Amino acid sequence: MASVDAISNRPAAHRGLRGLSDRAIAWLFIAPTMILLLAINIFPLFWTIYLSFTNYASNRPNRPVVNVGLRWYRDILNSPEVWAAMQATAHFVFWTIVLQTVIGFGLAYLIDRKFRGHALWTTIILIPMMLSPAVVGNFWKFLYQPQIGLFNHVISFFTGIPASSFEMLGSVALAPWAIVIVDTWMWTPYVMLICLAGLRSIPDYIYEAAEVDRASKWRQFWSITLPMALPFIMLAVLFRGIENFKMFDMVTLLTGGGPGSTTELASITLKRQAFEAYRTGYSSAFAIILFVAVFGLANIYVKALNRVKQR
Amino acid sequence: MSAALSTAHSVVEPTVTAKRVAAAVVILYALISLVPLLWIFATGWKTPPDSISYPPKIVFNPSLEGYCNLFTTRTRQTSEYIQALGPPQGICDKVTRQREMVIAGPSNYMPRFVNSLIIAFGSTFLAVSLGVLSAYAFSRFKIPLADDLLFFILSTRMMPPIAVAIPIYLMYREVGLSDTALGMILLYTAVNVSLAVWLLKGFIDEIPREYEEAAMIDGYTRLQAFFKVVLPQAATGIAATGIFCLIFAWNEYAFAVLLTSGSAQTAPPFIPTIIGEGGMDWPAVGAGTTLFLIPILVFTVLLRKHLLRGITFGAVRK
Repeated sequence: MASVDAISNRPAAHRGLRGLSDRAIAWLFIAPTMILLLAINIFPLFWTIYLSFTNYASNRPNRPVVNVGLRWYRDILNSPEVWAAMQATAHFVFWTIVLQTVIGFGLAYLIDRKFRGHALWTTIILIPMMLSPAVVGNFWKFLYQPQIGLFNHVISFFTGIPASSFEMLGSVALAPWAIVIVDTWMWTPYVMLICLAGLRSIPDYIYEAAEVDRASKWRQFWSITLPMALPFIMLAVLFRGIENFKMFDMVTLLTGGGPGSTTELASITLKRQAFEAYRTGYSSAFAIILFVAVFGLANIYVKALNRVKQR
Repeated sequence: MSAALSTAHSVVEPTVTAKRVAAAVVILYALISLVPLLWIFATGWKTPPDSISYPPKIVFNPSLEGYCNLFTTRTRQTSEYIQALGPPQGICDKVTRQREMVIAGPSNYMPRFVNSLIIAFGSTFLAVSLGVLSAYAFSRFKIPLADDLLFFILSTRMMPPIAVAIPIYLMYREVGLSDTALGMILLYTAVNVSLAVWLLKGFIDEIPREYEEAAMIDGYTRLQAFFKVVLPQAATGIAATGIFCLIFAWNEYAFAVLLTSGSAQTAPPFIPTIIGEGGMDWPAVGAGTTLFLIPILVFTVLLRKHLLRGITFGAVRK
């Protein structure tokens, strides 16, 4: 502290010379983050772009690297396997978003009735989304076992369908829904939490004014509640959309992409090509296509979101 | 809002019936969503035959076999061999001998759990340290192209992890970081720093500039003002950000399974590989899962006030 007291008696102009200038501090503070991101994110990204034009295979590092031009990009866009994966991904993303938005918003609306103990129950509901997706996928595999699993027995208890008559993970028809159910169980709380913030951002006086105008509760919901919470709902959809487009861990542990390739999402195909088939060039091209797709869709969506916010 | 303060005649206050119905539905949902967790927790206390009984057993005699199997590896022995041994050492030894097996040694669960701790805390410390410096700079100084830089920092989160893992795998192989704790710490730091910068910028924006300016008029340099005024004020935000980084690193699977195989492997890729004789050892998986999830439950309760901000990268603040 002595040094601080000593400085304080000096004229202000000298202080800048003694310490670092604000400009120097700004760059000094930002540089480590930027260097790390350049080394771990940007350099690899450019490397991936480079690899996507070559025949490089990571299990044969000594083979001469040949430029193959746009061959992998053409192969990917013409590959039925890739389109099947994109279709599976689209099914997964669409239905998880629909279910999570409807259930999540419904729960948020009910929690916003502010019954006694709502804070405690909200925290309890949030637990699934904090867990490791891989560990969740692994123990849901146990719950889904047709003979010994809990899920089939609960379904059979309520519907009378014999518990061993269907396999959630083994059947082509049910497996895409099995992963949707687990993701919905895990991430509905996330949408709920964001929707709840949206509902709480609506000031009471708007409802009071609507009551004065004798607007019905139904009308209030459609004309006040929903439009005013919409930017929040859209934000939740954006985050869930990006996350589920990239989905890998939970589904890998749950189905491994099976049966056949019915639940083989884009990231799982990517992992197979890169780390099992060692088609490094091909998978790099696929990675770039996926990145451009997420980035492009997210940008378009953010523009729409901003338009809704401004209204 | 406490009941005493709420205005009974307010048109906005839901009716008693509405509240009761809402409470019933929400509590029902909460209880149903807890069932899978309670089931895996209960499975940890079952014997292997009980865990795979048909129909599933809801009432069972608790057993320590799951936890014993989680921490040990066992070999099958003849009953003559087991009878020739001395009295069992501890409860796990006893449980194992009842299955005509003897404990061969410790399992890999503890080392994997310790790896998870080292990598999660190491990367969180780095990400928060780097993040708080950058966040302060973005919050207080005019930085050219600040919005573009911030968006760039965020966009690094949009890459599918597998897409990032391909070049990282090649790069780490070249520089000898494959399957090392340091490699995983650097990677998780890079992923978490984007979250840390965005969250901490929000927290630091909320600290009035006047505090530092007053300190600087009193003779503090900018750096002293940052360390002695801003950092203590941002302590809550730093703690919340740190917990979010910890949770990510603790839960992460994709990078861990692709980039580690042995000495640096964390718990998430290890837990699904716990197998007993003839298939998955579900009680051991249940036990391993329970122990792995307990820290997260504690964190969730600690974080509940900041959760919203954390999961939206600071886009929504209460």
